[in-house]
Amino acid sequence: MSEPLGPGTRRPPGGSNDDEVFFPDANYTSPSVTFLQELPSYQSILRRRTSAGGTQDRRQNNHGFAKPPAAEKRNLVEGTGVESEAVVRSIREYALNIPDKRRLRDIQEANVKYLSGWNQWKQTRNKSWKKFLDETKELSSYLELWRNDIHSIEGKFGTGIKSYFSFLRFLVLLNFIIFVLMFSFITLPSTIPQYGVLNSSYVKVSPKGVEPQCSIYTISGTKGLVYFYTYIIDLLSGTGFLEMTSLFYGYYRIDMVHFSAIKYNVPLAYLLTTFVYLSLSLIWIVKRSVEGFKQSFVREEDPFQSYCNKIFAGWDFCITDLNASQLKHSSLKYELKTDLEEERLRQKKACRTTEEKLRIYCLRLFLNIFVLALLSGCFYSLYRATVYSQKNISNDSSKMTFEGNLFLQYLPSIVITLANFIAPLFFSYIIKFEEYSPAFEIRLTLMRCVFVRLANIGVLLFSLGNQIVCANEEKCKACGYNYKLYPCWESRVGQEMYKLMIFDFIIIFAVAVFVDFPRKLLVTYCSYKPIQWCGLQKFQIPENVLEIVYGQTICWIGTFYSPLLPAIATVKYFIVFYIKKISLMHTCRPSKKSIRASSSNFFFLVVLLIGLILAFIPLGLSMTHIRSSKACGPFVNFNSSWDVVPHTIRGFPTALQKILNGIASEAFAVPFFMVIW
Amino acid sequence: MGNKQTIFTDEQLDAYQDCTFFTRKEILRLHGRYQEMAPNIVPMDYTKDPDVKLPIQLIINMPELKENPFKERIVEAFSEDGDGNLSFNDFVDMFSVLSEMAPRELKAIYAFKIYDFNTDNFICKSDLEKTLNKLTREELTAEEITLVCEKVIEEADMDGDGKLAFADFENMISKAPDFLSTFHIRI
Repeated sequence: MSEPLGPGTRRPPGGSNDDEVFFPDANYTSPSVTFLQELPSYQSILRRRTSAGGTQDRRQNNHGFAKPPAAEKRNLVEGTGVESEAVVRSIREYALNIPDKRRLRDIQEANVKYLSGWNQWKQTRNKSWKKFLDETKELSSYLELWRNDIHSIEGKFGTGIKSYFSFLRFLVLLNFIIFVLMFSFITLPSTIPQYGVLNSSYVKVSPKGVEPQCSIYTISGTKGLVYFYTYIIDLLSGTGFLEMTSLFYGYYRIDMVHFSAIKYNVPLAYLLTTFVYLSLSLIWIVKRSVEGFKQSFVREEDPFQSYCNKIFAGWDFCITDLNASQLKHSSLKYELKTDLEEERLRQKKACRTTEEKLRIYCLRLFLNIFVLALLSGCFYSLYRATVYSQKNISNDSSKMTFEGNLFLQYLPSIVITLANFIAPLFFSYIIKFEEYSPAFEIRLTLMRCVFVRLANIGVLLFSLGNQIVCANEEKCKACGYNYKLYPCWESRVGQEMYKLMIFDFIIIFAVAVFVDFPRKLLVTYCSYKPIQWCGLQKFQIPENVLEIVYGQTICWIGTFYSPLLPAIATVKYFIVFYIKKISLMHTCRPSKKSIRASSSNFFFLVVLLIGLILAFIPLGLSMTHIRSSKACGPFVNFNSSWDVVPHTIRGFPTALQKILNGIASEAFAVPFFMVIW
Repeated sequence: MGNKQTIFTDEQLDAYQDCTFFTRKEILRLHGRYQEMAPNIVPMDYTKDPDVKLPIQLIINMPELKENPFKERIVEAFSEDGDGNLSFNDFVDMFSVLSEMAPRELKAIYAFKIYDFNTDNFICKSDLEKTLNKLTREELTAEEITLVCEKVIEEADMDGDGKLAFADFENMISKAPDFLSTFHIRI
């Protein structure tokens, strides 16, 4: 059986309301509906309704096109007032078999002759545009990165895990685009003049009206004979020979570049490119999440839909692998059993006495306080570790051993990684005592883990910021920041972000190679009971997603202080894709508690958005409230990085200035945003 | 684009492009897949629209369908005679509806047909039980099956007749967040 979908009318197969639907109100008949009612396929459906249903239908349909062509033409002419677009709704979307669709198409094409010249032209233009879109889509699918890899992952493990890898691919592309932006607008114009290419010359920033001690900036350990391992330490922590390269903010000490006739304002470009990459990331993520939002706006705990969703949309039709299908069967069974169990628990909960309720609420309060205490302890230890590390880095590094030096450099990263590892274990342990429903348990644990991961970055930056804008007034009086410890504080922040990123990558690699792989070997070759009970590592999607969101937040924050950081991030995520893929295929097993594709896509993007918004805060604060370094970077002559913008606007003609001031004033901005919203 | 293929006329390929969600290349590839299942029966030259049908046993052994618990129902829903014998048109139609680009409404129509095991235009309790057994490979107890079926009917049945008509089904599917991503086969 197949039914045509007319625009605006839906006909359910079977059911008793045929007449109402088929013969719409005489008062309301849009011309398009009249036209479609004349279609042979429609007429045959009418005929079919009155006869017995079943498998005869299709055959009848084929014989039903015996209408005389003259009658058809008459009917077609009647409907000439039809708006062509309503009819040229894609034939593909009709639920007919292909021969019927072909006939419909032939009729549409025959009908074209009766349209006015303008409509005809519009139709042919629409058609060729659609063809062009199809062809470009086909070409771009060849350019799609990792198409076959993700396809095979989808077949083996279903769409939930596939969405994790698509997310990873999205981040690789995002970072690559950010890198291209930063490189072409900041690094390239700054390096070209130094080689005199393209008739360019540059004006270096000269500090005007600045205390002399603020502009001293020497990098230790690069002159003379140094131990070989110093280079390794430098490579891993961004100090020494790396510090003065274009990797970090300090290199860009150029005010203006002249390319023959054009003057390129580097500080302005630096600031504007930062805004551009942040807004680009925001827009892209919001766009992606809106697409997923439309499909997935159903709360997980929605009691009205969960069973239907599992039965009718539970089986993943993409699965082609035997193991994966067995896994899917058992996970569906597990999900249904859990749901029934949850139902039983819910009924039990409804019968709880007030005494029991009081006990549970007290327990929850106590546990939450305990969680807060633990988190505060965590943050405090991170603060102290950062302060200690910063104070001792500047000491003469040749006095320390290689390991000691490296340990000191990476101390904050180590503390963060330990916190990120221990906290989730702790959370998943205590959640059992809080007696929430299973779905809420998962969500609460996840939210807590997100909070820990992102707050750690915040605390690190806060402690750095504290050091830079020192508490003790004396040290900072001369230049507005702690110039003794941080002659170029932006580079130092960039170095910390660089270290975090490198360490994150090392950890991902080390866990895959030194933990998962031996575990797989043990489980395969050793039949010792406890090991078998432990089993293979489970591929937990939420934890993996948090890991990469954490890395991406670091990248967003760090890009302002280290313009080439996105390149490192791109390479890192590129390699992480292969590490995770190999890990998934060979050393892990997917967990039974499968995560659904729809909710997962939305969840990934929401967490990423939280990370991005978190990145705005330290960037905004440091750009506006902290004095920019007087010894390095493009903003030497400005009070803060943001000052470039008002300074440039003052150089515009007065009329333009007035307009810009008007736009920026509240009288305009607030209604404007309300209108867009 | 100069393509020297002689399987279809250009006009046929254009028609397929308009009637399905596939491009020319994909249609030719589909023809290759269709043909390799039974090279002796399926001709290489389709310009004359030959009337060739492949039996259901061949189709359900395709790698894309092999592990699907509803494979027989899928093939039956798209076959003209309801017995699962697919002509090339039905074959292309099936994968077109199951492709990524087909809209939700279209997929809902065919999903209803697939889950309607006794083809009476209603998804009744016995259809639900069969669906559930296929999904869990009969590993749930009878009591659990009854409970789940009752829950499903409770959730989706709007008109209160104890079974799901197409309107109920479509209404429910429009609220099911996973439907579009799971009801999709890549070929």
